[in-house]
Amino acid sequence: MSIELKSHAPDGPIETSWDRHRQAIRVVNPANKRKYTVIVVGTGLAGASAAATMAELGYNVLNFCFQDSPRRAHSIAAQGGINAAKNYQNDGDSIWRLFYDTVKGGDFRSRESNVYRLAQVSVNIIDQAVAQGVPFAREYGGLLANRSFGGALVSRTFYARGQTGQQLLLGAYQAHARMVHEGKVKMFPRTEMLDLVVRDGQARGIIVRDLVSGELRRYAADAVVLATGGYGNIFYLSTNAMGCNVTATWRAAKRGALFANPCYTQIHPTCIPVSGEYQSKLTLMSESLRNDGRVWVPQDPNDCWDQAAGKVGRDPAKIPDSERDYYLERRYPTFGNLVPRDVASRAAKTACDEGRGVAYNGRGVYLDFRDAIERLGKDGVSARYGNLFEMYQRITGDNPYETPMRIYPATHYTMGGLWVDYNLQSNLPGLFVIGEANFSDHGANRLGASALMQGLADGYFVLPYTIGHYLAEVGARPLDTNSAEFSQAETTVQDRINKLLSIKGKRSVDSFHRELGLLIWDYCGMARNKEGLQEAMDKVPALREEFWGNVSVPGSGASLNQSLEKAMRVADFLEFAEIKLLDAFTREESCGGHFRNEHQTEEGEARRNDEEFCHVAAWEFTGVGNKPNLHKEELSFEYVPPTQRSYK
Amino acid sequence: MNLTLKIWRQQGPDAPGELVTYSVNDVNEDMSFLEMLDVLNESLEVKGEEPIAFESDCREGICGACGCMINGQPHGHKDRTTTCQLHMREFRDGETVVIEPFRAEAFPVLKDLIVDRSSFDRIIQSGGYISVRTGSAPDAHAVQVNKQDADEAFDKAACIGCGACVAACPNAAAMLFTGAKVMHLGNLPQGQVERYERVGAMVAKMDEEGFGHCSNAGECAVACPKGIDLRAIARMNKDLLLSQLKLRSK
Repeated sequence: MSIELKSHAPDGPIETSWDRHRQAIRVVNPANKRKYTVIVVGTGLAGASAAATMAELGYNVLNFCFQDSPRRAHSIAAQGGINAAKNYQNDGDSIWRLFYDTVKGGDFRSRESNVYRLAQVSVNIIDQAVAQGVPFAREYGGLLANRSFGGALVSRTFYARGQTGQQLLLGAYQAHARMVHEGKVKMFPRTEMLDLVVRDGQARGIIVRDLVSGELRRYAADAVVLATGGYGNIFYLSTNAMGCNVTATWRAAKRGALFANPCYTQIHPTCIPVSGEYQSKLTLMSESLRNDGRVWVPQDPNDCWDQAAGKVGRDPAKIPDSERDYYLERRYPTFGNLVPRDVASRAAKTACDEGRGVAYNGRGVYLDFRDAIERLGKDGVSARYGNLFEMYQRITGDNPYETPMRIYPATHYTMGGLWVDYNLQSNLPGLFVIGEANFSDHGANRLGASALMQGLADGYFVLPYTIGHYLAEVGARPLDTNSAEFSQAETTVQDRINKLLSIKGKRSVDSFHRELGLLIWDYCGMARNKEGLQEAMDKVPALREEFWGNVSVPGSGASLNQSLEKAMRVADFLEFAEIKLLDAFTREESCGGHFRNEHQTEEGEARRNDEEFCHVAAWEFTGVGNKPNLHKEELSFEYVPPTQRSYK
Repeated sequence: MNLTLKIWRQQGPDAPGELVTYSVNDVNEDMSFLEMLDVLNESLEVKGEEPIAFESDCREGICGACGCMINGQPHGHKDRTTTCQLHMREFRDGETVVIEPFRAEAFPVLKDLIVDRSSFDRIIQSGGYISVRTGSAPDAHAVQVNKQDADEAFDKAACIGCGACVAACPNAAAMLFTGAKVMHLGNLPQGQVERYERVGAMVAKMDEEGFGHCSNAGECAVACPKGIDLRAIARMNKDLLLSQLKLRSK
């Protein structure tokens, strides 16, 4: 198939691109909006805000989520904050500076026009959230408080204690609840999308499974919006929620949507390490801890983790400074413990690879507050980090006031996703993709406090405009779920369910998921190389084959069956894994979260190859186990000239 | 450590349920309570038996999906802790642990430990919001908000909608849940316009959904993993009384 990837971003000065675009695109007459139906899958920040806003405009919205309530989507777990170029602190922030930081932070692999628009609408998000009653942190004078975050030189992050994601999501959820009350959003909780229906090349509906009754159902619409999050759970262990999955976007990819940059994943440096085989997920500790905590490992391997003994060789409190290696301060004297996420993560891996880890399986480093407690007092540290220390102690049983915390990197966010143009439309007309599920704004690395910003920007302020243009172009059409395409898609899903239930093998679904996760983590995690990626690409098809021959999925398809739900998701991860690995294999450079050992500077930093890889890699599915076709969207940087990042 | 579990098994909403006994061995004290159940479930799955159905998603204590009665207490005995954040070091070797679903007329059991809490969503839909269309908001600094009011609003907005308050209440009342939202929005200047209509609509919906009434047992606040206190209920009652006086005077 020949596909030309056009961004459809307007030419001319970037500062006015979005305004000019909005003037140029078509709008639907208010009286006609009620003739259109839009499907939204997902109820996180992007999905809930999009569903609410489109309903306010007058469209009929059908909204689906697999959780028991739209309020549970994993946006709720975001801790740190949301960026906006308000410049309330008068410290020189501007739309331009936020745009610049985001393009640079993404290591020059994002689309400039999209990022500029993101920075522009960031200011509207804060206004909207405050009007909804989101209780952001305030100063005593009653104005909003800000903090600096993720290495930014200005204070532009708005926050609600350590629960900013929760508060913003509840704001969107309440706006959404109001539209459910008005009858303009029809909400389907406990309902999982299992296929996309494409007719005449256009997205026209979805097949879903009612997770309580097990019934498969068909829904038709004039357009389909996917707001289904990222694919971080391919690693099995990640900071994602248990249910996060690639199914919706992957099934869309199998129906012809291109999957862009699947090799880009963000590894967060400060998570609680794995404590045993049974581990089901990893918990993030806010990055702010690195402001006062010092990262180190013992110099003597005998002081490190002893797997046979199940403990470290020497109590860390008894190790004198002269026998500690504060490796971030040693390697990066200027930024020290505050280097960006990808740099800090790789440095921790290097220390552990050298046999100097201090947690289970030798995978963990110390984050020590001894000096901060000396400097600020216990109360001073408690005022800043008390709730985080409490959370850490609840999970690990260790008291961080007395013994150093132990941390290790974990998968946190995925920058890749379905390819979209400036209108957030995929290459399939009528299929729109928003939030973490698309690829567009963060390039190869996302800055802290930018995920919430993008989800809400897409849902409140971008998609509701751009989808109108598409709907006006195609016109209102009868919705029909009896077409051959619907039947074929439903049959595909039903066959897959029947097959899974009939295998009756010997291995649990989770055992396959764990094995896949470990493989991807080892070969396509913080650092990758050609041999390792090749080895993983050889192993995945065999694992997939074993899954389809030996998985045990008890129960029936006609009732609530959590084993079946998991099996469907893991089956999709087993297919998706191959394009993720191939993308990492093909991208012969290091950029942002994608670090290839072969491509580093003499100091061990990421080395981009702008000559050959300054493009978006968008993959076209050609069959399970077949090599996908690569399509490229070339990226040009007219406003922020590419430079080499340096944090020395 | 080794434990004996007595777990409520119920095939569907209309099927009868019963407590089934399971033994779990070699439980690691660093495991979370749900990871202990994961291990049990995996052993059932490979035998071709249906695993115990329970809900969880974020496993960080913030999404509100998890929750069951553990030895008669919602989320177990540890203060301010959701089920997913409860760890096995809180239990003793040889202990028998009874695990049941949250029980309330307004929370029907769907399967095993999973209950239907959509009644909470319907309470919010009846008025738990500020009516502001996207794009029509004034600048965020147009209205200053007293820090104490904002902080108190936050304390109530921290509700995760898990339903522990209902499960703990002898009357299965949803007063703490509803009061938390009433107080969150009623404490902010943005929430004043709809303040009295809101409380009336939400209380009416709460009653309609089959939740009981408050008799000041206070169990809800003890069970709340987010520390929401009884002032939420007091504020809701006050606003409800005021709303009735206002409506009568109209």
